[in-house]
Amino acid sequence: MDVLRRRKTISLILKLTVWFCGILTVGILIYILLFILLRGVPKINMEFLFGEYNSDTLSAFSSVVTTIEMVIISLFISVPIGVFCAIYLTEYAKRGNKTVKVIRLAVDTLAGIPSIVFGLFGMILFVKLLGFRASVLSGICTLSIMILPLIISSSEEAIKSVPDMYREGSLGLGAGRLRTVFRIVLPTAMPGILSGIILAIGRIVGETAALIFTSGTNVLKNPTLDLMASQRTLAIHMYMLASEGLPHSKEMAFATGSILIIIVFLVNYTTTKLAGRIGRLSDE
Amino acid sequence: MQSTKANYSEKLMQAVFYLSALISIIAVIAICLFLLLRGIPAIGEIGIMEFILNEKWKPTDYPPSYGILSMIVGSTYVTAGAIAIGVPIGLMCAVFLAKFCPDTVYKIAKPAVNLLAGIPSIVYGFFGMEVIVPFLRENFGGNGFSILSSSIILGIMILPTIISISESSIRSVPLSYEEGSLGLGATKEETVFKIVLPAAKSGVFTSIILGIGRAVGETMAVVMVAGNAVMPLDKIKLLKPIRTLTTNIVTEMSYASGLHEESLIATGVVLFVFIIILNTALSLIKTRDAKN
Amino acid sequence: MSKIKIEDVNLYYGEFQALKNINMNIKENEITAFIGPSGCGKSTLLKSLNRMNDLIEGVKINGRMLLDDVDIYKDIDASVLRKRVGMVFQKPNPFPMSIYENVAYGPKTHGIKQRSKLDDIVEQSLRAAAMWDEVKDRLKKSALGLSGGQQQRLCIARAFSVNPEVILLDEPTSALDPISTMKIEDLLVDIKKNYTIVIVTHNMQQATRISDKTGFFLHGEVVEFDDTEKLFSMPENKKTEDYITGRFG
Repeated sequence: MDVLRRRKTISLILKLTVWFCGILTVGILIYILLFILLRGVPKINMEFLFGEYNSDTLSAFSSVVTTIEMVIISLFISVPIGVFCAIYLTEYAKRGNKTVKVIRLAVDTLAGIPSIVFGLFGMILFVKLLGFRASVLSGICTLSIMILPLIISSSEEAIKSVPDMYREGSLGLGAGRLRTVFRIVLPTAMPGILSGIILAIGRIVGETAALIFTSGTNVLKNPTLDLMASQRTLAIHMYMLASEGLPHSKEMAFATGSILIIIVFLVNYTTTKLAGRIGRLSDE
Repeated sequence: MQSTKANYSEKLMQAVFYLSALISIIAVIAICLFLLLRGIPAIGEIGIMEFILNEKWKPTDYPPSYGILSMIVGSTYVTAGAIAIGVPIGLMCAVFLAKFCPDTVYKIAKPAVNLLAGIPSIVYGFFGMEVIVPFLRENFGGNGFSILSSSIILGIMILPTIISISESSIRSVPLSYEEGSLGLGATKEETVFKIVLPAAKSGVFTSIILGIGRAVGETMAVVMVAGNAVMPLDKIKLLKPIRTLTTNIVTEMSYASGLHEESLIATGVVLFVFIIILNTALSLIKTRDAKN
Repeated sequence: MSKIKIEDVNLYYGEFQALKNINMNIKENEITAFIGPSGCGKSTLLKSLNRMNDLIEGVKINGRMLLDDVDIYKDIDASVLRKRVGMVFQKPNPFPMSIYENVAYGPKTHGIKQRSKLDDIVEQSLRAAAMWDEVKDRLKKSALGLSGGQQQRLCIARAFSVNPEVILLDEPTSALDPISTMKIEDLLVDIKKNYTIVIVTHNMQQATRISDKTGFFLHGEVVEFDDTEKLFSMPENKKTEDYITGRFG
């Protein structure tokens, strides 16, 4: 009976520990969110969002525009390459093919490389060797490579989850392989591919280490779409404001952090919704 | 006519798909190549032993000294600290989500973990600078920028990695194992910790290795809380500032040139080697899993 | 003498009633078989005898189940109950560890730490399951390397390891070949002098071969419960007759 009581006590302690760690994790998140948002959101105003940058406004306008520009162009480069790569891996490559193994290894390696190493690489190749200088273009080139593994693996997952009978149905009707891929497989896999794209958006928006030596920390008074300009993104804007050390810039770092968190929130919300749709699709 | 045209576009697109697939390989090769091309000469000039085993980093002195041992040790300590904090909490949280969490709580807790994964490094760094550093300063003295503050922030940052991968591997343990254990009179907690968790160990190891990778490679969050001072080995303390491999690059690159700049790239090479070792460990786990 | 008494038991999965008004006495040192078509409630009743149904959400039970006249849902801790009432499942489910550890897991859980004692228990349990000679030289090897039949006998040995009074078996041979099935049947007949055995089976020949009593279940009710010989030769109920002669459904 004594053994039983001891076992019950240990079990209870384990259960409490497990609950505690679960609550702690959620608690940490809530603490971080509230800490940033409560101080940051009240500081967000029209001038900060859309004004001209100067040492008073510390406006994020030009940084926001550059961030959007980088997201759009990087996706424009990476999404076709990533999705095509996934199509090759799932639809065309033969099983046990050597090239496939090497490609997988390469994708895994890319996924594990730290941002700062991408930053170094971008600095060496794009900024210096190719002569793009510290510019939005150099940043975009670096980011495009960085998000590639994310696009590839989410697209691959999505395409793999398309039931074979869809393909067979299409092929059986005499449609070619290519037509089957574009008319049947890709549309069905779209929610999964989209959720990968959205995660990539989150990654780009939050990126700092890969951009600091490629697109640089410079800030322009007014937004520009010039690819050769050196202009910071929102995340770097926050980094610069935070490291200024002045009270005013610190407050605006909270505001910038709030915008970043709101974007991440939207990104996560959308991916969850999309993932839910995939779940339902595969249930059918 | 129609069919030859279709055939032609089929062939063309197949080539496009293949080329797209090759780009990842090209990218990896390019990254290795350019890093090595710019990093290896510096290591050669400094001397490999001097570079990785000397603790003196004085790139602007005359004569300069380029030893990164202090940062290698720094990265190791900070990562070990992150693992010591993140792994137990993360693992317990994964067990919670997979086995103990009621559905209603799960609907909040799971998105919370995902959100934790999405928060940018810079926000973590800022939070660390504003909350954890002052807290340590007030309670333990020193200036607060330290190994401990870096470990805490990194420990939080690796939580989502540990949690999601461990959770899914715990979930994939067959329910029949649990039934077997419960049927012998073990409690639910005994069953989870003695049967389920050991059966999920390869997933747990994978999550830890990925967590190590994330901690070793993290830059911006660390640079904001670590203090970044190069410490002689005997002065490295839990509550003292520290410089890691990543922060060495980011704090000095903006004004470095010549051999100094190349030695920073070489620091990146060392970091890259670390990551390759971790990736190899990962694929070893994967192949061992595939065998079983 | 009755080891287990089941009195007016009703069991619900949410809205669905899986067991209807079950009354039954299960005797010591006998093999009792539950037969009936899939979904008739036989496994549900078996699982509720050591409260494995507790794991499923939304299960509600009323009525009483008594083990040696003690209510198993009120007056016994589930852990203690499951030590006294062991269970062997449909699919062999050895833990992913060594043969030795599989058998030692139960006694360790219940607080036995002494190595020599554990060694004894492992040997005795494996002997009782008639597989000591087969595995004594590879106790440290993974249990997952055993054949299906050996795995199932290992699970039976594992059930013995905590020294139970009752052993419940849920279609223990349905995933096995005829030879392994025969070994397990012989084993059960062999050990019934020390235990109370309840077995759910799909296989009517199996019930006739080994059991003393048989209960026929249909739609959550016990249609007939009697001596095996009588139930199979002169069933009282028309439905039982239809089922055992294969005219059912």
